[in-house]
Amino acid sequence: MSKRIVCVACPIGCEIDVQVAENGELKISGNRCKRGYEYAKDEVTDPKRVLTMSVKVEDGEIELVSVKTDGVIPKKLIPQAIEFLKTLKISAPVNAGDVLVEDLLGTGVKVVATRTVPKRYHSKLEIQA
Amino acid sequence: MKREKVDVLVIGGGAAGMAAAVQAANEGVKTVLIEREKKTGGVLNQCIHNGFGLHVYRKELTGPEFMEELWKELAETDVLVQSNETILQVLPKEKEVIAQSSEGMKIYEVGSLVLTTGARERPLNSLMIPGTRVSGVFTAGVAQKMVNIYNRLPGKRVLIIGSGDIGLIMARRLKIEGMDVVGVVEIRPEPGGLMRNVVQCLEDFDIPLLLSHTVTEIHGRERLEGVTIARVDESFNPIQGTEKFIPVDTLVASVGLIPQNELIEDFVEMDYINRGPVVDEFMRTSVDWIFAAGNNVAIHDLVDFVYEEGKIAGKYAAKVAKGEKLPEAVYRFNRGKNVGVMLPQKFTATQPFRMYIRPKKTLEKAELRISKESIRKYTWKLRPSQMIDFIFREFESLEPENRVIEIEVIEIE
Ligand code: SF4
Repeated sequence: MSKRIVCVACPIGCEIDVQVAENGELKISGNRCKRGYEYAKDEVTDPKRVLTMSVKVEDGEIELVSVKTDGVIPKKLIPQAIEFLKTLKISAPVNAGDVLVEDLLGTGVKVVATRTVPKRYHSKLEIQA
Repeated sequence: MKREKVDVLVIGGGAAGMAAAVQAANEGVKTVLIEREKKTGGVLNQCIHNGFGLHVYRKELTGPEFMEELWKELAETDVLVQSNETILQVLPKEKEVIAQSSEGMKIYEVGSLVLTTGARERPLNSLMIPGTRVSGVFTAGVAQKMVNIYNRLPGKRVLIIGSGDIGLIMARRLKIEGMDVVGVVEIRPEPGGLMRNVVQCLEDFDIPLLLSHTVTEIHGRERLEGVTIARVDESFNPIQGTEKFIPVDTLVASVGLIPQNELIEDFVEMDYINRGPVVDEFMRTSVDWIFAAGNNVAIHDLVDFVYEEGKIAGKYAAKVAKGEKLPEAVYRFNRGKNVGVMLPQKFTATQPFRMYIRPKKTLEKAELRISKESIRKYTWKLRPSQMIDFIFREFESLEPENRVIEIEVIEIE
């Protein structure tokens, strides 16, 4: 089997050819760096991706905090990961780099905040009301 | 009117502007950074996807993370950030800049200026599609801000027009947030954005990409009810009989970015292909105390390059403000075959510099030629969606009597 893959590990986007021999051996060409080799290997066996999205924040200056998985997770888990992250409830303040999930769906990968969301300022009036 | 003397004034607090201000301040001159919004960061703030920072910070970051890195750099300098301030006019003879803020008008007397005003989105109505005036039509950047900052979805069922990077990224983003993304239409026969975004934004999420297609009509009274799409021929004209009605309540347009240069375009030399000022390797425009960097010079693919340009502009703007005389840019590149967007256009030939070229069309394998001589070979596919960048140092072959250097990208076997 032979497959043409676009490496997404960096913005260059090398087009990599992967040939799988009958004994399962891989012949990989077209990558311009080692990360591309790993990427192509995963892509024919178990594709993986970084997931970036937003999670709702209570009481923050803005209603959302952007997050990312701090490593790749299996692509097939992405729909489940999205659903899980949508149910997450966190409160401000959040700092960029804060770990929001220690182990996402048993992958061992963390979910971290990628921006700082300070607590919303309440005026005295608002608190009395 | 209040007057203020500044060594380096930087206009626009996105990635290029922040980098320029940091670098200028590090050269030891009084630097002011003007930002029209409440906070610096520019479009990075809403670009929550990753892929930034590999060149500059040696790690893969999201937009907000790249922005926070820049904030850290900025915090270590004496740069004065003036947010909520708009620049009304640059007066080239007086070397003055007029600003407007809530405190009123102000005049800056500047030593040098760095323009980092970025780009704005090309609106959909510039395509003259009949029926554009309904609600539910957004540019990709506006949709991105709604979803990523304000937590509002633009609708339920969406078609994306234009396959630029922001369009591709928004297709994925809206799908993740639960919208029904029916597809992306692209008038050209190849995607406008990076291949990696075609793969990880569309293919990964089963979003169809319709190449050589466009929207020919927009339907609806107040809210969008649907669009007609059609296949186009080689000259981008819709082919009769291929029209199809697609019911959608939202249309997101990613049909290009336009560099913003209103403040300087009347008196600096402009490049009508880049749609930005002509610059040399110091990012100096044709006016020797005005520098420019980032997406107002030309549309870039990567914030990392925008940042690098900002650093260069800031460094040399500071030198000029200190009274240093920079060498003259006596050489000029002439666009040859397949050269589209290109910068710099001029150079002094005193030190190696990074050069960027966007090929006009897809080339399987190519070589870069300077005055007909091959200086680099590309054994991989070059695409218009991706700038090539390289360090230009081939000064030995330059002849002083020939100051116009032809640069071309030629397809090879
Ligand atoms: S192979 Fe390396 S250089 Fe090429 S896209 Fe992948 S990570 Fe980038």
